[in-house]
Amino acid sequence: MADDRTLADILRSQGISRRGFLKFCATTASMMALSPAMVPKIAEALENAKRPSVIWLSFQECTGCTESLTRSHAPTIEKLIFDVISLDHHHTLMAASGHAVDEAMQEAMKENYGKYLLIVDGSIPVGNPAYSTIGGVSNLEMLKDAAKGAAAIVSVGTCAAFGGLPYAKPNPTGAVPVTEIIKDKPIINVPGCPPIPVVITGVLAQFLTFGKLPEMDELGRPMAFFGKNIHDRCYRRPFYERGEFAETFDDEGAKKGWCLFKLGCKGPVTYNACATTKWNEGTSWPVESGHGCLGCSQPNFWDMGGFYNALSTPTIDIAKTAAVGLAAGAAIGVAAGALNRSKKAKAAREHETVTVNDLEKGAKS
Amino acid sequence: MNSMDFLLWVRGPGLAIASIIFVFGMTLRMFEIFMLGRKKNLAELRSSGVKEGFRTIITRSGGVDTYTTKRTMFTHISGWVFHLGMFTAIFLLAPHIELFKSFLGFGWPALPTAIVDLATVIALITLLAILFHRLTSPVMRFLSVGQDYVVWALTFLPLLTGYMTYHHLFFPYTWLLGIHILSICVLLVVFPFTKLTHAVTVFTSRWYNGYMAGQKGVKQ
Amino acid sequence: MNGKSSCSEETACSDELYTGNVTPILNEIRHALKKLLEEGESTIIDLRALPMGPGEEQQLESLLGIGEVTANIDAMGPSTVNETLFAGVWLITHRNTEDAILGKFIEITRYPSILESQTVDMHSALKALPDLLTENG
Repeated sequence: MADDRTLADILRSQGISRRGFLKFCATTASMMALSPAMVPKIAEALENAKRPSVIWLSFQECTGCTESLTRSHAPTIEKLIFDVISLDHHHTLMAASGHAVDEAMQEAMKENYGKYLLIVDGSIPVGNPAYSTIGGVSNLEMLKDAAKGAAAIVSVGTCAAFGGLPYAKPNPTGAVPVTEIIKDKPIINVPGCPPIPVVITGVLAQFLTFGKLPEMDELGRPMAFFGKNIHDRCYRRPFYERGEFAETFDDEGAKKGWCLFKLGCKGPVTYNACATTKWNEGTSWPVESGHGCLGCSQPNFWDMGGFYNALSTPTIDIAKTAAVGLAAGAAIGVAAGALNRSKKAKAAREHETVTVNDLEKGAKS
Repeated sequence: MNSMDFLLWVRGPGLAIASIIFVFGMTLRMFEIFMLGRKKNLAELRSSGVKEGFRTIITRSGGVDTYTTKRTMFTHISGWVFHLGMFTAIFLLAPHIELFKSFLGFGWPALPTAIVDLATVIALITLLAILFHRLTSPVMRFLSVGQDYVVWALTFLPLLTGYMTYHHLFFPYTWLLGIHILSICVLLVVFPFTKLTHAVTVFTSRWYNGYMAGQKGVKQ
Repeated sequence: MNGKSSCSEETACSDELYTGNVTPILNEIRHALKKLLEEGESTIIDLRALPMGPGEEQQLESLLGIGEVTANIDAMGPSTVNETLFAGVWLITHRNTEDAILGKFIEITRYPSILESQTVDMHSALKALPDLLTENG
């Protein structure tokens, strides 16, 4: 349950010295992609921040986001954040099950009404709400109910933020993102398939530290993590600039670490922190491992024309459409040509004349 | 509509519509032109004229005669420079070659991107000079109609937006790429119904000139 | 001045600088050191905020080397504070209890503030000392 103690009190009660607290602030600042100069401000904010109640609802999802967050091999800053918040409800993580869970959630929502943070992962099917239910309650119902008393909503993962995989053509369940259903609450989108763990906790930390929404882009994503695009931060950029591209995944160019544009990298249109923050605590990220960026933090990334087709290629079959145009043009062309010939023959027969007045400036060519 | 939806539309339905109309329009125009044919030459032919036709395509490209070329030197040189720069940008840039590969089934080697970038800048500057000439030269002012300026803009915009896209200038990349592709779509849709059909007819008309001249005269 | 290379064989430490991040960072360090000497102002560089190519971080660390001072901190996991071969240029690595790296910083300063004893902690120590005295008579 939520606490009246500040975050600093809690850390102190766990036997963490102020030096340890300052280390926490420095690494949290780094995680939040804030300048080290901000550490004193963060220390001040965390000293005064209270431990909020958090409710996490999982809808039409693959649980990858929860896995990304919790399946770190070691307790990390992520674990600390969760020690620091009061995670009152999480279907996958909590020990309770069955009706007890629903009761606990209702109680948590009532007790912290207007103040709890609602985290959602997974899309919501509206084609037929029965496609995804928990304990007989549709995701749609549950979301609307839980959103009523939330201070803010965080849509974790591309499914909750933009619809994700269920939303991809032909979207059989009528999946929609959270923003399509809830219109009257502040919503932070943290997309990614899954999002980088430290981005999830960084956003939470930012919200908990400063108590307000971070600066967001046109798609509701925090600028701190989604403000720059992959291409602008990619270490292979010099190869792109020089026009040195890998043609296959195992050719000489690939071995030399050349740009993966031709192999379908969607880096130029993708906004995420993968190129700087990387994955697995800074080990590597897709491009560094030799695979093009999928664009997983962008809306519609499943329908972007294919993971292995370059960004400059069309998403439809141009050859086919051109063939249709050719056939139609030929048919009408023959007809028009025949018409013109008969007109010409008629003019010749009737000895029609052409004067200079017939020739206008800019006449139809 | 967000930037991703826009980009996906131009890469999908947008290019589909543009390519259908472009191919339809060009085919229609070519059938219209060639089905009208030419008057049959009733005199005895010096030669069939076919070989001379091809020769003329090449010789006319360097100018008709020295007197005319001297008087139109600006148009002659700027035309060559701009066209070469534009073709370099369209056909020798790696991402464009991927595009061609996607519907032709084959590609070809690309130039280093920095060289294509330079060619694009040269083409853009030359186009601006061409516009300036059209606006200031008395002969060009007399001859120019609205279509000339529209076509100029439709040619300038893809080069400009392509340059901006590559350099991530001023706007987010996703929007820039979408607008670049959209500018191509508009160009393709309008292409067959303007003087841009010269892309094909410049070769066929020069061939015909050579063909007709090749038939005239007395056999040696 | 003794130097220790942190370039191991497992990590790529090629001579070819992929993005050339190392040179700009070294320049930034140089300017920061100048500022420290002229104006007394410290600078902190967060290495995790920069897009490093594979092996570049190791290359930077091996160029900076380890100088006269190494300090180990045990607070919420181990942290290492090294003065590099260049006086005033410190490398700080924060790890958690499972040895995973949480953050890496280059501090251009006289001594990193993390080494300083904190007022709050000293107050707690002052409160705890009397117990020690009474225990020992």
